[in-house]
Amino acid sequence: MTGTDLFLLLLLGLLLVCGLSAVLTKNLLVCLIIFMAYSVVMSVVWALLQAPDLAITEAAVGVGISGILLFVTLKKLQTLRKKAEDEKDQSV
Amino acid sequence: MKKTSLFDRLRQWDAASFDLTDALRPDQTPDERPRRPAWNPEAPVEPVARRQEKRFFRLYPILAALLLAALAFCLLIAVLGLPAFGAEDAPAHNEVMQRYLVRGLTETGAVNAVAGVILDYRAFDTLGESHVLFTAVVAVMILLLGTAGEPPAPHGERLSAKEDRDPVLTCTARVLVPIILLFGIYVILNGHLGPGGGFSGGAILGGGLILFVIGRGFAPLERYLSLRVFRTVTLLGLCFYSLAKCYSFYCGANHLETIFTTGTPGDVLSAGLILPLNIAVGIVVTCTMYGFYSMFRRGRI
Repeated sequence: MTGTDLFLLLLLGLLLVCGLSAVLTKNLLVCLIIFMAYSVVMSVVWALLQAPDLAITEAAVGVGISGILLFVTLKKLQTLRKKAEDEKDQSV
Repeated sequence: MKKTSLFDRLRQWDAASFDLTDALRPDQTPDERPRRPAWNPEAPVEPVARRQEKRFFRLYPILAALLLAALAFCLLIAVLGLPAFGAEDAPAHNEVMQRYLVRGLTETGAVNAVAGVILDYRAFDTLGESHVLFTAVVAVMILLLGTAGEPPAPHGERLSAKEDRDPVLTCTARVLVPIILLFGIYVILNGHLGPGGGFSGGAILGGGLILFVIGRGFAPLERYLSLRVFRTVTLLGLCFYSLAKCYSFYCGANHLETIFTTGTPGDVLSAGLILPLNIAVGIVVTCTMYGFYSMFRRGRI
């Protein structure tokens, strides 16, 4: 087993962890960040599997665009604001 | 009761049960359910026909379960018809794959075999994908464009970091945006020579534009990217793609020479239609991504 194989196995394990924790987490913001981390790991996996086209697309769309759009959606649904308000209440 | 049209009733119902998760919570009486869209608490909402709502929510889980069961049944039947995993006579293992690899370079002129497949051999699939994207844009425009009721900016929320005077974001955007845009253009123009292509390059360009807008506000970009430009570019890109592929399908089916030659593989200006198609797709995707962000953010472009 070469070093690349080990690295790939590590990344695949990370993918599992990211996927499971994205589903299991309660906080939507945390879930979104984990989802973006999942995309980053996935794009490295694509690159290792010699699919650079997919790697670029995954990095641009999975991390950048869909991440931003989901952030804006969360903001629009005021999920983020509620959190900020809670923190403000606690600090007061 | 005043007679209302079906559309009005639907709208009332929609406004009343905007948040389904809250509406379905069993510990809340119907009176506690949210009556207004979550993003606009001030909106005047008329009372709903309570009984209809209740009947709908009692039927809703049953109907959803039935629909899902039917869908799962159909999918399982389809799976039964698939060939065994890795079977030698599976349709995927035919002479096509061999031909793509052996003669792809001479037939399409694209050094990047992936670009040769998705924009030449299988260009029809990519055309369908472009239409899916276009449909998504149209759906988002129908839903979000002209929602003039513009969700109120909570706590004086600003649309960009510049108004917030957030120095980190503004400076980062100033440094990063040119690099990102340049890289996006490179990825688009390099699509037939190496990894990349219209879609990924367009997504990078769109991400760059979004970062610019986050850092500097919508105003500087509005002069160049209005709704009119957005519509024109999206439509023209799709039309160009369709017409170009119609032309090459027509020529290919009738064994005619096209005016697009494959050129010298490895040159930037080579590979026939692939480069123009990449550029068209890239521009469309850029506009789409920026338009999505703009519509999500402020309900207009």
